Amino acid sequence: MSRSHAALAVLLAALAALPAFAGPYALSVATLILYFAYTGQAWNVMMGFAGQLSLGHSLYVGVGAYAAGAIFFHYGIGPWAGLWVAILLCVALGVAIGFLAFRFGISGVYFALLTIAFAEFTRIGFDHLDWVGGPGGMFLRVAQRDTWDIANFRGPPLMYYYAMLALACFAFVLCYFLLKTKAGYYWQAIRENEEAAQALGINTFRWKVYAVALSSAMTAVAGVFFAFYYNNLFPEQIFNISRSIEIILGPIIGGLGTLFGPILGAAVLTLLSDGITELLAALGWEIPGVKQVFYGVVLLVVVMFLPHGIWPAVAKRLHLRRS
Amino acid sequence: MVIAGVLTGLVYGLMALGLSVIFGVVRVVNFAHGEMMTVAMYAATALFATFKLDPFLAVLPVAAVFFLLGYALQAGIINPFITRPEHSQFMLLVAVAIILVNALLIVFGPDARNVQVDYQLESYEIGRLLIDKARVFAAGLAIVAALLLFSFFRFTLTGKAIRACADNYLGARVVGLNVKHLYALTFGLGSACVAVAGCALVLLVDVTPGLGPYYTLLAFVIVIVGGLGSMGGALLGGVLIGVSEAVAGLLIAPSAKSMFSFGLLILVLLLRPQGLLGKRA
Amino acid sequence: MSLLRVSNVSKSFRGLRAVRDASFTVPAGDINGLIGPNGAGKTTIFNVIAGVYAPDSGEIYFNGNPIHGLRPDQVCAAGIGRTFQIVKPFAGLSVLDNVVVGALHRSSGVAEARSLSRSILKKLNLDAKRDLPASALTLPDRKRLEVARALATRPCLLLLDEVMAGLRPTECDEMVEVFRSLNRSEGLTILLIEHVMRAVMALAKHIGVLHHGEVIARGTPAEVVRNPAVLECYLGEETQV
Repeated sequence: MSRSHAALAVLLAALAALPAFAGPYALSVATLILYFAYTGQAWNVMMGFAGQLSLGHSLYVGVGAYAAGAIFFHYGIGPWAGLWVAILLCVALGVAIGFLAFRFGISGVYFALLTIAFAEFTRIGFDHLDWVGGPGGMFLRVAQRDTWDIANFRGPPLMYYYAMLALACFAFVLCYFLLKTKAGYYWQAIRENEEAAQALGINTFRWKVYAVALSSAMTAVAGVFFAFYYNNLFPEQIFNISRSIEIILGPIIGGLGTLFGPILGAAVLTLLSDGITELLAALGWEIPGVKQVFYGVVLLVVVMFLPHGIWPAVAKRLHLRRS
Repeated sequence: MVIAGVLTGLVYGLMALGLSVIFGVVRVVNFAHGEMMTVAMYAATALFATFKLDPFLAVLPVAAVFFLLGYALQAGIINPFITRPEHSQFMLLVAVAIILVNALLIVFGPDARNVQVDYQLESYEIGRLLIDKARVFAAGLAIVAALLLFSFFRFTLTGKAIRACADNYLGARVVGLNVKHLYALTFGLGSACVAVAGCALVLLVDVTPGLGPYYTLLAFVIVIVGGLGSMGGALLGGVLIGVSEAVAGLLIAPSAKSMFSFGLLILVLLLRPQGLLGKRA
Repeated sequence: MSLLRVSNVSKSFRGLRAVRDASFTVPAGDINGLIGPNGAGKTTIFNVIAGVYAPDSGEIYFNGNPIHGLRPDQVCAAGIGRTFQIVKPFAGLSVLDNVVVGALHRSSGVAEARSLSRSILKKLNLDAKRDLPASALTLPDRKRLEVARALATRPCLLLLDEVMAGLRPTECDEMVEVFRSLNRSEGLTILLIEHVMRAVMALAKHIGVLHHGEVIARGTPAEVVRNPAVLECYLGEETQV
């Protein structure tokens, strides 16, 4: 077994065994890390693979969450059915945005701005949509939290942890295999040099739309998880541009386009930021905004000095293959 | 109502002008633009609170300070990034924006602040229209600043040098222009614009830290609608957005007025990305 | 039958006529050269053939089928491969992966694409460097990679845009030999833009000369070199042979 595989197995075992050692707070932090690792990986499909910078990914989290949430709220239909509605909706949305953008030749900064505009537009829209609760938010009923009710996705925090772990693993494995397929090659070619890719027979338009579709579908699932984990949804929060930025912090700090990047980035960010908040609370300073300043500084430092993210540097140290 | 929109729009236009100048020359997407303006607004409120300094007078020191800070920011942090991929530049400024907004939150707290001057309550009567004096002054300041900027670029040697850089980076360097210095100068000017706009705006609006991201997006909407790289376009875009916000606020719910701006942004990005007065990139 | 037929193609950019009324044919199995001073419109013609631009007027037929107005990827699917004047490697990918991207076009899977890529790399003397990142290659190697990538799409016609530029004479001769052998063994038709006369004279069976967007001469290398119009455009009016 190669070093990378061994390291991976160890990591997985550690994560699976974590709940045995971790208290409830640590468990919730771990769940959060895995959540960001997953959404980061989903975002990475668009950016790291196909080279399209999306700064409005909170759109898919929000739509996914509200879709599944609203169906549960209004019709009592469980999350597993709502999941498919959420995915379908987000894919349709993503494909529409991608189609419009690529058809009109929008890329780079303009594309990023377009994604922001769509997210903001939806945020304000949902604020005025009474069917989903408007600005006051939507609250999902929580019947019980003791036993594992997988059908309704209700249970103790432990269940959510393993659900998120499964999702994160799934994303990792999916991306790993995708990279080795024709799709992976084509996406990377488009990312590296779209003109050259076209000259090699790649219909870049179609493949870029595929990337957007996959990315939005994956993110929709995160949205559904969000809905049933937190059980309250506010447009102001879930569609907020800071959510979009949070999603991309992990992959950018960890390493764009790599498989471990999002995970490492999410871990580093969440652990450090929680650490700082704890530290300050212990010192008696409970100031809102400190955590975010910290995010900003870390982001600044990483972007300036480690443009490829933390993972490639770490991988070199550990003599692991840089993937 | 429309007039109010036009006047406010001119101030927005000035802010967007700063962005347009920066993007047009340095080609960096200043994602911290709105945040910078928010800082300026807070500076104005602080000066007013401490020295009872009217924002119109505060303009001078605030703009000067911002010029220097902008220069430093570009020279120190952003300049090495010119050759980096777009998303790196973007993230750099996003980081700056995050730091700025939350620093404001820490220092000033989340409550709204504002400036109270006498003439805010007065208005001019023109026929049947009542126009706020403060709004007129603010718009006037914006126009003056814009004209100053415009003449700088048109008539001075440095201004022309900066335009040369914008047109042709390599060519400018070959000819011996110190491009890094000129870039920093431009960023400084853009920041000064933002400072002036902020001082003007603080008379019209209460300021909270959360306004930062909102104004950044607004600036982008304006610049894209009006046309990147076109100074007139920025002002025109500003007026358009100002008016549309005022009108949308009447027709739909006031809180939905930004929706219109974003919808407009989407349309413009798709159909006419060079904006109304811009040149094709 | 001619493999490629360019018929009265014109292309302007905002009032600047880059190509005007250009016509020429390339028979199957031929090696055809396109020469002319800088700015003559050679790369523009390539870009029109390759689908990067649609011609303002005129037609282009490949194997009897019209290809004017098709997208670049469709042109590739029709059987035309091309290189770029300024090389465009996939810098973040390995040399082998670069070629695999091209090979995937007509292969039924990644494994088949890889073995095809390796054989092409061997032909171009790049196999030893197959695991290096493309960004680590020298310019001559990058040019070879560019060719390898285009070849991986199994084209019938290969458009080469100034691949010899920047190469030393020995490297140039090596490339010439590679093209000659591909032309011989697989019947690959080649259309090349070149400034390096050494290569053009050695390779091309027919040459077309462009000047100010117009085809001013066509013929064998020997004929073209003595053509007064050609001499005038290259050397000026006072030249006497």
